[in-house]
Order: sequence, then C-alpha cells, then structure tokens
Amino acid sequence: MTRHTLSVLVEDKPGVLARVAGLFSRRGFNIESLAVGPTESPDISRMTITVNVDELPLEQVTKQLNKLINVIKIVELDPGVAVCRELMLIKVRADATVRSQVLETVQLFRAKVVDVSPEALTIEATGTADKLDALLRMLEPFGVRETVQSGMVAIGRGPRAITAVSVR
Amino acid sequence: MTTVTPREAPVPASPPKPAPPAGAPVRVTGAQSLVRALEAVGCDAVFGIPGGAILPAYDPLLDSESVRHVLVRHEQGAGHAAAGYAQATGKVGVCMATSGPGATNLVTPLADAHMDSVPMVAITGQVARPMIGTDGFQEADISGITMPITKHNMLVTDPAKIPQAIAEAFHLAATGRPGPVLVDIPKDVLQAQTSFAWPPEMHLPGYRPTTRPHGKQVREAARLITSAHRPVLYVGGGVIKSGATAVLRELAELTGAPVVTTLMARGAFPDSHPQHVGMPGMHGTVAAVAAMQKSDLLVALGARFDDRVTGQLSTFAHDAAIVHADIDPAEISKNRRADVPIVGDCTEVIGELIAAVQAELDDGARIDLQEWWSQLSNWCETFPLGYESPSDGSLSPEYVIERIGALAGPDAVYTAGVGQHQMWAAQFIRYEHPRTWINSGGLGTMGFAVPAAMGAKLGRPDATVWAIDGDGCFQMTNQELATCAIEKIPIKVAVINNGNLGMVRQWQNLFYSERYSQTDLGTHTRIPDFVMLAESLGCTGLRCETASEVDAVIGQAMAIEDRPVVIDFVVGKDAQVWPMVAAGTGNDQIMAARGIRPLFEEDET
Repeated sequence: MTRHTLSVLVEDKPGVLARVAGLFSRRGFNIESLAVGPTESPDISRMTITVNVDELPLEQVTKQLNKLINVIKIVELDPGVAVCRELMLIKVRADATVRSQVLETVQLFRAKVVDVSPEALTIEATGTADKLDALLRMLEPFGVRETVQSGMVAIGRGPRAITAVSVR
Repeated sequence: MTTVTPREAPVPASPPKPAPPAGAPVRVTGAQSLVRALEAVGCDAVFGIPGGAILPAYDPLLDSESVRHVLVRHEQGAGHAAAGYAQATGKVGVCMATSGPGATNLVTPLADAHMDSVPMVAITGQVARPMIGTDGFQEADISGITMPITKHNMLVTDPAKIPQAIAEAFHLAATGRPGPVLVDIPKDVLQAQTSFAWPPEMHLPGYRPTTRPHGKQVREAARLITSAHRPVLYVGGGVIKSGATAVLRELAELTGAPVVTTLMARGAFPDSHPQHVGMPGMHGTVAAVAAMQKSDLLVALGARFDDRVTGQLSTFAHDAAIVHADIDPAEISKNRRADVPIVGDCTEVIGELIAAVQAELDDGARIDLQEWWSQLSNWCETFPLGYESPSDGSLSPEYVIERIGALAGPDAVYTAGVGQHQMWAAQFIRYEHPRTWINSGGLGTMGFAVPAAMGAKLGRPDATVWAIDGDGCFQMTNQELATCAIEKIPIKVAVINNGNLGMVRQWQNLFYSERYSQTDLGTHTRIPDFVMLAESLGCTGLRCETASEVDAVIGQAMAIEDRPVVIDFVVGKDAQVWPMVAAGTGNDQIMAARGIRPLFEEDET
C-alpha cells in the first residue's frame, strides 16, 4: 500500500465533512490525515486527505467521492511536485537549566516559541511529517508534556491552480 | 406519528389565489411554497402520512388540484409505493413523512431505491430549527441517518430556498444514475412567510453526469464486438432506466449476439426474441450463465457485475474481455476490471455503438457466430427452465406463477417481494416490455410487492397490476391493501403461500442438513386466514388449493376491477428454485437441478 494525498474541493455546506469522512469508513478505507479549511473562493472549502491504499481501491474511492453532490473536484497531488506541510504545537519541559538547550533545538528546526512559563515552553513548528518527527525526537529528552498536530495541507508547485474551476 | 404539539395554532388554509404571472414571486408560507414547487415540478402523486412536524405541509396539500396524496398505513409502504410508481412510469416517485419515526420508517425504502437506482424524492418534516439537536420530541437526524443510502439529501433551513431544494431534488433524482433524494424541512421553515418564484435557480456545481460516451472507446468496443467469437450482451436495469430498449434490440439484431437480461432488466429485451437466452445469475438459466462463463466478450450495458450475477468473482467469465458501459463511472471496474470502459447514458452509448459497429461492418468486418449459436442452442434445448409437479400432490407454486403470467399477459405489470416466489416470477413469467417487472433486486426487501404494486397501479391505472407475493413477505406490508381499497387502487395479489420462509427453507434443505430452524410460519394453519384478512381489508379474498382451479380463480380475480383482490394460493412447501449457483461458488458450478452440474461435467469430459 502506498500513501496518497488527495486535494478535494467541496461546497462550503454543513455536513460535507461528515459525507466525505463517512464515505471513507463505509467503503473500508482508513483516513490517515485530514485537514479542511476555506479557500480563495468564499463558497468552496478544500480538504487535504491522506490515505494508505493501493492504486485500484484509490481509483474506486476517488470515483465514489466524485459522486457526492457537494464534491466539486478531486486532484491527487504527487508529493514530488507539491508542497506539503503540517503544523505542530509542542509543550516541552524547560526550566532555567535547560531552556537555552531547548531554544537551540528550536532555532535549528526554524520553529518558534509561542508561549513561555518558568517550567515549560510551547513551540510551534511547521513542516513535513518527517521534519516534525525529527524535532520531536530531539525534544523528547527534555520531557514532552503535550503535543497537538494538524492534518497535512498540500499545494502543487508551479503556476497552475486546481481551484481555478468555474462555480456555476 | 400523528401527535400534534398542542401549543402551536394550526395555520389557516389560505383562499385560492389567482395565478400569478409566471416567474413573479408571490408571498406564501413555506408549506405553500413546498406544495407549489411540487405542482410546478410536475409531481402528481404523493404517498405519505401526516404527523406533527410535517403538518403545515398537509394544509395546502388539501387544496392542490394536481397533486394527489395517498394516505398509506405505514411510511415503509409510502416509500415502496413511490418506488413502484417510479419504476412503472419512469417518473420521479414521491413520498412524505413526518419527523422522527415517520422519517426512520422511510429508511428501508430509501436504501432499496438507492440500491436499485430508482428516482425518488422523500420529503420529511423536521422539528423546528431552534429544537434541532436538543433531542426534541420526534426528532431524528434523518439527513445524517440517510447519508449512505440516498443519492443526496438536504436540510432546508431557509424558507426562501424551498423551491430551489425541490427543483434540485427532482433533478438529482431523475438525471444521471437515478436515485433517492431526501429533503428534510423543519416545521418552522414550513410555517414561515416567504416568497415563491418558479423556476428557481439550481446550484449544483459538483454535479455533472456524463451522458455522451467517448467516441474512441465506442469505436474500440465496436472493434471488439465485430471480432469476438463468443460475445454476450449483458443487459442490466440501466437499459430500462435510460429508455434504451428499442436501440438495444437494434444493436442485438445488428450483431446477432445473444442477450441476457438481469433481474433488474427483465423486459428490457423481449423474452420471445430468439436471441434472448435468459436471466443470468444465481437462479438464472443454464444457457445465460453458461453463455457468460464461456464468452470471450461481455458487453455490459447498464449492469453492475453484482455478486448475484457473477458468483465467485475470481472464476467469473475467465476468458472474456469486458466492455462496460454505465452512466456511473464508479461502477466501471468496481468488481471486474473493464478492458473498454464507457461512461455514458445507455441510449446514447448503444446508439453510437450501432453506428460504430455498422461502420466496422461497412469496412468489411464479418461477424460469424454460427458455432457460438450452435453451442448456445444446445444449452437452451438441453437445460430449459422447468419444474416438476410436487410428488405429494400439492399445488406447484411455479405452475401458479406461470399461469398468472400466461393469463394476464405481457402487458400487465408484475411486482414481487423477495424470495422463491420472486425468482419464479422472474423465471416463469414472460416479459416482453420494459417497466412491466418491478422488484427489489439489490437490497432484497421482503414486503416490497404490495406497496410497489399500489404505486405502479396508481401510476398506470389502465394496466393490470399483479403483486406476486410470498406468505412471509405478505405479512410484512399487507396493511397497504386497506389503502388500496379506500383509495380505489384495484391491484391483484397472488400470495404464493407455502407456509414457510421458502428461500431460507431451501437453503436449510441444501446447506443446513434439512434442519428447518425458524422458517415455518404456520400459515397453513390459517393463521392468519388470508381470505378473511383480505376481506377485512376491503378486498375480495379468494383461495386456490388445486391445479385444476388455478385458471378459474385467476379469471375470477381478473374480472374484479372495482377493488383489490387477494388470492391465497396454498402451495407445497418443498418446491425449490432451480437452476442455482450456491453462494460463494463459481458460476461453473451451476446446478441445473440438485446434483446436476452441466458445465462442471462438460469440463471434466
């Protein structure tokens, strides 16, 4: 099985997320990551869905997704020619004795500190899943107290836009 | 389901208004807007039951001159009646129910219509907007519940959008691959003041069904058809839905290829046509199953390679190349990989195929199916459909069904429930025209026959409509006979009463060492007495127990036109449906009768 990234343009209507998520589980597919948010067009939302699935079932699930009336367009993004990003917030134990070491790691990964208290730092990092994993591994020795991570968002490289669809 | 919240004052009926100029908005309530939208979209029949949340809609419905409401006895009956109406007429069937249990009772018919691609619109009341999500009285999240079993559904939260919602619902239900659409409308939206204008603008940016096939694919298919040695036209329900039966016949006669019609496609191609080799599948004819198994080219037209047709998928038609034409791209290569996929409406696909095949023939291609037909004819002659009279002297169910088909003829409409009687009705009635055979194919819903017959008869009042039902099925939905009697919808019901859940019993006989667990319904002890039951429901009840009475009793039923008729055909319990491909086995293992495997034995020698 290989990982596939689908960009799904949907009408911004109530229940659309439930329709899409329900379709995946109903047809026996496991969603690895899902991110949804607005786009440059006010009526259109964009979902980025990653699934671990073989080519043939992927074709089937894409066709089934296309049957949902609120789904406007589906594009599979080739990770080689797409920018893929996830966002992670990490609360790490960092008192005065280790704070400078933690900050050094933060700088190394071009992450930033978004909250500070005497015993802990909260770090915001974006990047690919691999980069975030690496950062997390570096921080673990200090004591990671809590993490939260977004689903992946992805956009194709180059001048073409998949959202350039006419909405009647 | 008829509980009314006492706090809310009834909305008074408005006096009839002069017709406004077309298109100009008029002030109405949401409920009036709904009824006007139904009128404008051409809906002439609604099957339903009122209740608290949908109550506002029933007030203007009383005044409608073009929409006839049929008050059913159970919402499930409303749904199946809408499906029967839709399948008999080709128009969108409409059902209506209140919130909560009214709506959940529509779940089975919606799932049924979804599986069989039946154009249907269900309108449900919902609790008022401020109540949604509070577990209010008779609240159910019906759009959430029906998401996987409808083509689309919508919750209308803005009264001004009611016309748009109805227009979109009918459009979605009827176009592309047809299917059920549910429109859920909160009570306060029905009560609110709004304006009505027609036609509304539809906004469906994600809905663009492909109806025109790709020319290159059609030419490739034509090339395969003209070069195949053992082609089969595998015809599914899509051909009937598309109205493609005339062009299908043209294509069949142009190519000379054998035609099989699936359970959903009985009547798409005349049974009397010499190129028709029968129904394929679990209880299909040996010739149809064998033709597909030995074929080198299957041309699937509006069919979906259902497991009941293919048997074990890995051994299905192993040598066949596949041309698969369907309006739903998701069906193509879903179960069996297509060599030539064609997305399009069957009428257009077949029309273009005829032109492309003709072009190949004009270019010198020659179709020679002589050898193929000698093999096909051999199967047809050696293994015709048939049955034996029961050794215990009881009435043969196959004989009863065969006589109904013969006496009512190919112009009658036949509906069925699910089980042995359904298979016999598919096998032993000769279908010559589309939309004369209406059954629950995909979902296999017991109890479908009576309400579907009611809907079919309402839609086609001039046709004789027979419900071929089993005693198990009949006890699930027979209350709609009261509806038929009161609404003057004179259907004819043949209860093939073997006293058992026959199909389950057959499986217990074959696969569970004749251990008959929970299949004896006791109906042969006359509990209930179907004749008395029929009489009490306002129908004529007749009974037939011997072969010699069959024709006379059918004739007696045919002569009664002013009310529904029920015939209790008391038949033997040991008759079985043959041929049969046992579940989970390959089609090569088809048994013409118990222990007789014609294809298997042929391969052995």
